[in-house]
Amino acid sequence: MTEPEKIRCEEVIAHLLSYLDGEIDDVKRAQIDRHLEECRGCFSRAEFEKALRGRVQQAADTQPSASLQERIKALIDQF
Amino acid sequence: MRDDTCNRAFFEGEIRRLLGRLYGVALRLTGNPAEAEDLVSETTIKAWSKLDQLEDRQSFPKWVFRILTNTYVSSRRQAHSGRTEPLEEEGEQAFSLFEKLHQPFLLWWSNPERELLNKLLGEDIERALDSLPENFRTIVVLVDIEGYAYDEVAESLGVPIGTVRSRLSRARSMLQRGLWEQAEAAGLTVDSSTKEHVHD
Repeated sequence: MTEPEKIRCEEVIAHLLSYLDGEIDDVKRAQIDRHLEECRGCFSRAEFEKALRGRVQQAADTQPSASLQERIKALIDQF
Repeated sequence: MRDDTCNRAFFEGEIRRLLGRLYGVALRLTGNPAEAEDLVSETTIKAWSKLDQLEDRQSFPKWVFRILTNTYVSSRRQAHSGRTEPLEEEGEQAFSLFEKLHQPFLLWWSNPERELLNKLLGEDIERALDSLPENFRTIVVLVDIEGYAYDEVAESLGVPIGTVRSRLSRARSMLQRGLWEQAEAAGLTVDSSTKEHVHD
């Protein structure tokens, strides 16, 4: 199996968010995978973006108010 | 199927289990607690009325979040009908928190990105999200919070996939700029001789 072609940091950075979203073709993915194994700076950047995204995901972990819980219960009781 | 007591117990159990997350996604989409509660209620009613169409119960969470999103998008489309969409090309320049954290003149901690993430509170992220313009906030919520693929977002919003890519890129830039500005306002970006922590 042929090794993926080496690419520069600028190219990795340009595609990094699409890469993390899983929205990139297999060739580019393999190239970025290889680059991240070898480049500490880009690896750190990728880890930071992943961690930041994790924090954004948590922004939807909210406790519903008692009034909303009652409202939904009342709704379901009518079904 | 829906007349079965068992189905109703299933439905109630799932809605109860997912209610916090449903409300959280609704709140991030609408940016308004009262609208978010209305959206969750409407979603619950629609989900119950369509429960017969759900073939695999294990996919209930994804299915009900899809209903919530579609309900929101549909309501915004109605509210905005007749208005012109802003041009995608104008405005926000690319902004990277990572690059800001690694500016050579900033004498920070040994691992600035980890320090910043540790110091940012949930409310900081929520504030930055809520301050995004609606078009951009929606796309961040769909991709980063709900995990939609780009083509799913394009279909849901009725825009080309290229618009999804460009809008998402700009939205993330705006979000990171907002977080950076909050960090600056809280004193996180001063040099090491006077550094303060934002949320000790």
